[in-house]
Amino acid sequence: MTIRGALSIVAAIVVGLILWKAIVVIGGYPPFILPAPEVVATRLVEAWTRGTIQPHFVATLQEIGLGFVVGAGLALIAGYALARSILIERVLSPYIVAAQATPILALAPVLYLWFGPGLLGKVLICALIVFFPVAVATMVGIRSVDAGLLELGRSLRATRTQVLTTLEIPAALPSILGGMRVGVTLAVVGAIVSEWAGASRGLGVLVNLARGSLFDIPLMFATLVTIALVGICLYVAVVFVERRVVGAR
Amino acid sequence: MTSPVAVQTDRETVRTRGATLDIKNVALTFPTAAGPRPALERVSLHVAPGEVVSIIGPNGSGKSTLLRVIGGLLRPDQGEVFLDGRPVDGPDAEIGIVFQDPRLLPWRSVAANVTYPLELAGWPRDRRLARLAEVLALVDLEGTEFARPSQLSGGMRQRAALARALVLEPRLLLLDEPFSALDALTRERFNLELLDLWSRTAASIIVVTHSIPEAIFLGDRVVVLSSGPGRVVADIPVDLPRPRRIEALDDAAVSPIARTIRQHLAET
Repeated sequence: MTIRGALSIVAAIVVGLILWKAIVVIGGYPPFILPAPEVVATRLVEAWTRGTIQPHFVATLQEIGLGFVVGAGLALIAGYALARSILIERVLSPYIVAAQATPILALAPVLYLWFGPGLLGKVLICALIVFFPVAVATMVGIRSVDAGLLELGRSLRATRTQVLTTLEIPAALPSILGGMRVGVTLAVVGAIVSEWAGASRGLGVLVNLARGSLFDIPLMFATLVTIALVGICLYVAVVFVERRVVGAR
Repeated sequence: MTSPVAVQTDRETVRTRGATLDIKNVALTFPTAAGPRPALERVSLHVAPGEVVSIIGPNGSGKSTLLRVIGGLLRPDQGEVFLDGRPVDGPDAEIGIVFQDPRLLPWRSVAANVTYPLELAGWPRDRRLARLAEVLALVDLEGTEFARPSQLSGGMRQRAALARALVLEPRLLLLDEPFSALDALTRERFNLELLDLWSRTAASIIVVTHSIPEAIFLGDRVVVLSSGPGRVVADIPVDLPRPRRIEALDDAAVSPIARTIRQHLAET
């Protein structure tokens, strides 16, 4: 990224903070409705130094990480099968679309009912929400592999595995990473939603605690900021991988 | 360029190393939505070791289809293709193909593209690199190892594709209108270089082309295919001496052979 690009991002953040502060001052809102940015910042630092937020942060990150790996992993396999077999596409697509059409918010209580408050149910919800964009991106990517390149592979007597590793995967990678970029931010949503359905730890739990029994609205906002930062960092990480892998072409 | 004397000696190697190709009564029909469409009908052809055969014909004469049958990419409905007496029943290591478009893997460097066939064949890295140097020198692409295909000109990309086809030292080289996407000047130079290359690699060559002068300039023989379905309507020997000079390309356009080819093409 250029210095100019970095500066414009900093400028955008500064403008946002100034607007936030202006709304608080002009509207005269009390801290329990809308705390000022510096109040939230102070509370955020405090929450981290005192160790309030760490266990919740770790729990949520674990759900996101495992959920993303499981969901994206299964989606890669499913997406490939969907792209290469008309039969599998016909059999699977109604279920995949149905799972996608059912709001995750409505599914979370069901999974809680079946799997309880443990990690498993939460990982499943994250995996479920990550699955669709990655599976579709993989399917599109694999289908778009140049037929000329596949014929070249055939003329060079490439085995099935060689076609997969040297032609299909590299050709589909930009599309797959695009799907993962969407999937990773959705994984954050999945983790928070699953925690709301019932959990003892997690950033989603902390938001509820701060709003409810603790009535610590600055902490609630500090937690929201943390959640947003997690999403942004994960997104940037995928973009970074994408640049490394695809940018060189 | 190689001197005439050197070419003369190379011709001897040519006779021993190029493959013999026999195409016997090949027929192929494609099923389409509008019903079966015959692409090739009783095509027979013999290519002697080290011979260059040009195939010319109008669009839809099945030139590319015939090349794919020879290369083992399409199985004929009838008839057989023999390479040195052995039936070709699939893609073959002895046959190198240069397609109309370069078909380079955009995510690989030139070096990784050219050595791709060696990688698939399981060659170890050091042997791949040694062979890479040889074959890049052959097509005049030294120094482009680390470039991406997108950084190369169209001509250089087609050179890289040629290098890739030559990397396994095929005894039969199939060229499917390999220069059709290049500008006229580059194309002229490529024709000359191809002949030079042929004299050094000693492969038998079949080249499909749309251009009558090119067919004459390159070939020991020009085979004319008719359109829909493709049949061999003429097999004309070219009696130009080798090595051929670039002026031969101009002369070829107005030669009696060109007239004969045009007559045959007009009849198809």
